[in-house]
Amino acid sequence: MPGEAPLLSVRGLRGGYRKRTVLQGVDFDVARGEIFGLLGPNGSGKSTTFLALTGLLRPDALDLRLDGVLIEAGGREMRRRMGVVFQTPSVDPNLSPREHLALTARLHSVPTDKARARIEALLTFADLADRADDKVKTLSGGMRRRLELARALVHSPSILVLDEPTVGLDHASFERTWTRLTELREREGLTMVMTTHRPEEAARCDRLAILDGGRIVATDTPARLQAAVSGDVITLTARDPSELAAWLKAHLDLDARVTPDAVVIVCERGHALIPRIVEALPAGRLETVNLQRPSLAEVFSHLTGRAFFSAENPA
Amino acid sequence: MTSALRDDLATITVLARRDLLRFFRQPSRLVGALMQPVVFWLLIGGGFASTFQYAVAPGLGYMQYFYPGIVVMMVLFASIFGTITVIEDRHAGFLQSVLVSPGSRAAVVLGKSLGVSSVGLTQAALFLALAPLAGFTYADIDWATLTAFLVLGAVGLAAFGFALAWITDSSQAYHAVMSIVLLPAWILSGAMFPPGEPGSALASLLHYNPMSYIVSGVRGALQGDARTLAPLAGSVAADLTWVGLFAAASVALATWTVYKRR
Repeated sequence: MPGEAPLLSVRGLRGGYRKRTVLQGVDFDVARGEIFGLLGPNGSGKSTTFLALTGLLRPDALDLRLDGVLIEAGGREMRRRMGVVFQTPSVDPNLSPREHLALTARLHSVPTDKARARIEALLTFADLADRADDKVKTLSGGMRRRLELARALVHSPSILVLDEPTVGLDHASFERTWTRLTELREREGLTMVMTTHRPEEAARCDRLAILDGGRIVATDTPARLQAAVSGDVITLTARDPSELAAWLKAHLDLDARVTPDAVVIVCERGHALIPRIVEALPAGRLETVNLQRPSLAEVFSHLTGRAFFSAENPA
Repeated sequence: MTSALRDDLATITVLARRDLLRFFRQPSRLVGALMQPVVFWLLIGGGFASTFQYAVAPGLGYMQYFYPGIVVMMVLFASIFGTITVIEDRHAGFLQSVLVSPGSRAAVVLGKSLGVSSVGLTQAALFLALAPLAGFTYADIDWATLTAFLVLGAVGLAAFGFALAWITDSSQAYHAVMSIVLLPAWILSGAMFPPGEPGSALASLLHYNPMSYIVSGVRGALQGDARTLAPLAGSVAADLTWVGLFAAASVALATWTVYKRR
């Protein structure tokens, strides 16, 4: 949103743990009403950024502004105005969803009558109305994740900070979570900052910063970041991807990248290359062929020269 | 009321309330917490009764001597089991959400300490119903003094446990400190056996052990004003001051730890 001051501005964020500095100076702005993503593989510093923003880790340096006003990261003012969704559980198995929402309303000093209406609305929003009084330990994983989201919204925060909000969710739950997040943004004008290691999730954000080694290597809209990588991506699946990659090099002089279950080729005019590969390969060697525009995982590789997915950061 | 104070009070109430809710919702925990001291008192007390019968003040059985020690043990155990969960709760539990809410870190420490000590005090109160079986009559017990010692002692031990959980940040390390420091401190507090001759190593150690002031206070209050069983010879007021200082120091230590190492 050009011209308008950002809701959240992060400058010079440095920090880490006692023996290890992770963040080497991270800068980004989040506009009002925007869903801003922090994409990076494990160890890139996105979780450390989350901890510093929420005040759970004291940064070595950080100039943080909310609405243009300098505030303490994770200080009282920040804690009043921010809602936080954790990646690890932050619910008590022995309490019910309604109790969680009521205790959180209390923690944020939401007036009782206002809290009552808000809690009912959020139980409906999270599809938990009929399980509102059951103990959390009897709820499914998906229900617990929805409770975590509802709980972060009790005090009507102006900014929601989420750490890997869809980690471990199947495709359907992933879609439903995103429907809820976009609905929230439309209805409440909520601004969101989320960390993610899923390129397909980052692609849903309005804008994102790509993190690598504790630094931001690029910040832009997903479409513009993807446009910077030219060509197409061909993904071939086969029983033995490394053998297939070797065969492609030997017979067609193609440079292919091997992932745990596929072979990836980045090239110009992919639609012309595919028939050549399929015709040259002996029958039965290929399982599937897929042609697509570069994903954000390819953007990451393009920017850093390293594969996004690895043994430490599986797809 | 300022908004900061309002937030802090809310944090204290929520954390204290949550610990009580959890305690009363787990029937197994409830039964275990009540049976364990009775079993300890009967088995250990009964077992040592013959060994210690001459060491304790004449005319008093070991079961009576050991009873106040068990009351303090309940408060200590409730503190340990109530705060060791902080380690998980802080990284993958409810406490995470409290740490990002507006209350201060001091309010988090106070709320958790009050919650944990309320649980310990509830258990101790139920066990105190058995006081006549140990030879203490309800009418002779100085209830006000007893409550003061138990409340301050429980808050102190809970806050100390909180600090320990935050510093160690691993249940193995917490367990190690518990076996090397906390349990020996209870055993050597005069809870299980008299400290021996004045001037002996054990007797001098007593003065540096906050738990001996709690045990002294509780034992004295149970006896009314006789205090012949109290391991420390000081006045009630002096003992209570030390226990109060211990509680304040523990809360300060825990708060400082949470601020420093978040």
